[in-house]
Amino acid sequence: MVLALSVLVFILLRLAPGDPIDAYVNPASPLSPDAMQALRDRLGLDAPLPVQYFGWLRAAVTGDLGFSIQRVGVPVLPLVLERIGPTLLLMAAGLAIAIVVGITAGIISAVRRNSPTDIGFSVLAFVGISSPAFLTALLGLYFFSVQLRWAPSGGMLTPGAGFSLGDLLAHLVLPACLLSIGHAALIMRYMRASLLEVLNQDYVRTARAKGVREFFVIVKHAVRNALLPVITLIGSTIGIAVGGAIFIESVFNWPGMGLLLVNAVETRDYPVIMGATLVIGATVIVVNLLTDITYAAVDPRIQVA
Amino acid sequence: MTVAPVLDIRNMQTVFRIGGRDIAAVTDLTLTVEPGETVALVGESGSGKSVTSLSILGLLPKKVGRLAQGSVAFRGKSGETRDLAKLDAEALRRVRGNDIAMVFQEPMTSLNPVYTVGEQIAEPIRIHLGRSHREAAADAVRLLADVGIPDPERRARQYPHELSGGMRQRATIAMALACNPSLLIADEPTTALDVTIQAQILDLLARLQRERGMAMLFVTHNLGVVAEIADRVAVMYAGRIVETGRVAEVFAHPRHLYTKGLLRSVPRLGEASALKAAGTPLPTIAGAVPSLSNLPAGCSFAPRCPYAISACSAAVPPLTDTGDGQLSRCIRWQEI
Ligand SMILES: Nc1ncnc2c1ncn2[C@@H]1O[C@H](COP(=O)(O)OP(=O)(O)OP(=O)(O)O)[C@@H](O)[C@H]1O
Ligand code: SF4
Ligand SMILES: [Mg+2]
Repeated sequence: MVLALSVLVFILLRLAPGDPIDAYVNPASPLSPDAMQALRDRLGLDAPLPVQYFGWLRAAVTGDLGFSIQRVGVPVLPLVLERIGPTLLLMAAGLAIAIVVGITAGIISAVRRNSPTDIGFSVLAFVGISSPAFLTALLGLYFFSVQLRWAPSGGMLTPGAGFSLGDLLAHLVLPACLLSIGHAALIMRYMRASLLEVLNQDYVRTARAKGVREFFVIVKHAVRNALLPVITLIGSTIGIAVGGAIFIESVFNWPGMGLLLVNAVETRDYPVIMGATLVIGATVIVVNLLTDITYAAVDPRIQVA
Repeated sequence: MTVAPVLDIRNMQTVFRIGGRDIAAVTDLTLTVEPGETVALVGESGSGKSVTSLSILGLLPKKVGRLAQGSVAFRGKSGETRDLAKLDAEALRRVRGNDIAMVFQEPMTSLNPVYTVGEQIAEPIRIHLGRSHREAAADAVRLLADVGIPDPERRARQYPHELSGGMRQRATIAMALACNPSLLIADEPTTALDVTIQAQILDLLARLQRERGMAMLFVTHNLGVVAEIADRVAVMYAGRIVETGRVAEVFAHPRHLYTKGLLRSVPRLGEASALKAAGTPLPTIAGAVPSLSNLPAGCSFAPRCPYAISACSAAVPPLTDTGDGQLSRCIRWQEI
């Protein structure tokens, strides 16, 4: 799957107009056509596409992702690896918030179906799902950082201040919350629907007939079953979360893969784009695997192979 | 009988709020169950058998269903008699699974798929009897052995999907018996099972009841099952009990035309052999069960009754003693 993704990205990149050399060269002091051609030859940009791709692939399987075109001499692998930590941190924080908020709100909504609380949550979820990510990100940045000054407006740590956990969290909270909005809304709606269905199941009635306290009927007997489709949903939205993270990173200047990728795309830095895509793809696959394992842990009917 | 009944329901009415209107699913239901006795509740689909069972335990769907009238006097294990219709939710919860237990129709869906069978049987023991996890787990294994499940230690650790339908129904029975209830309500416990398994489950229930001296309210629409397991029978039609009495007497001489119709539609029972001998096809009851929101005035069975006269529709006939404790809501019972 990662392989298919790399082929696709490779082809799409080369179909796109623009040339890394154009982006590389300082417009104020243009190079002669000869010098530009020499540069192309050195980078192998004129070789046939399949040759270029397999050359990249052969190196990639050995862990060599090549060198950045724009930052001369900087190898791609460490460049990408140093960015993955911040991205994973942002995504994990965003998803954790989304899961806790979404599942809690979903349970409350289902249990108090048609109450003002339920209606309020459902309206919020609707707004959360239908507002575009760029709008919430920019509005969030504007209100909380620029107007209210509750949170720093960008970066991961205050420059020159040295590392402190508090500083990291202060920088993390706002982008993570904004990243979580859409997911929290989606998870809430799924959880609500799923729990409502489970509450009609015979085994919930059996639990009540046994004299189980209503709180445990919900939390022990119903929620665990209702989580199953929600776990699948969370797994399948990881890809979307990556997209959201890339966007949030560029808005908040978060030093992760997304920011790296956006810069690389702007400058047509092919090796960096390929390397970043590869690592993102691999991450999504690993997370999906984790989701499957979680599912199997919650549902005894699934045998772990 | 000198002993007071375990369960004594008087004039119970259960309503459902549908489209802003209260619709009575059970009306003026009076029913008693003596200690150690099995009472069968029979009737066609939709006659209110399950609603009656759920009303007793306060398990009606919240906000929609409500026990609107009447009393449900119940004598628990402690010997104290209380009106379940007046208990608050918490007191009622302590009765459920403890003094009164219930077995449902669908063994496939009545057990929670994500917990082991042993855990589900142990749960009421921990809740009501205050046993530790370890003690309750040991009790669960013993109960599984009691209901005839081979290799109970292993089965207790398995999940419901690893058990067959018959085995699961045995497990739900074990769960119901966990706290030694004085009354077991079984709502069509064998309907979803194969015929051979049905017979085994019936035998099991009969044996357990004998051994434990437990009273049983057995809901079914199968008259053959009634004949096999019950001491007394109550026949329901459109939310009312139309006839009740000892099984042998009701089957030998029904005093309501609905009961008579039911008996006639069952082969092996009633006059089936006589009808066959005469070359007549087996009759079924013509017509359909009336809708609860639009019941005919007077006797609800009148539109389908071959004996109906205008007096039948004048008022709902009261339950009348026809002798030997048999009661009927038919005004023409003497002519049947
Ligand atoms: N949750 C509910 N909401 C509204 N009406 C209900 C509900 N449950 C039951 N009823 C009404 O009560 C009537 C009696 O239902 P009940 O389940 O007691 O029938 P039953 O005798 O058990 O039939 P069956 O043999 O099919 O189980 C139904 O016809 C239905 O109209
Ligand atoms: S009361 Fe009338 S209508 Fe009802 S069963 Fe008797 S004869 Fe038939
Ligand atoms: Mg029923």
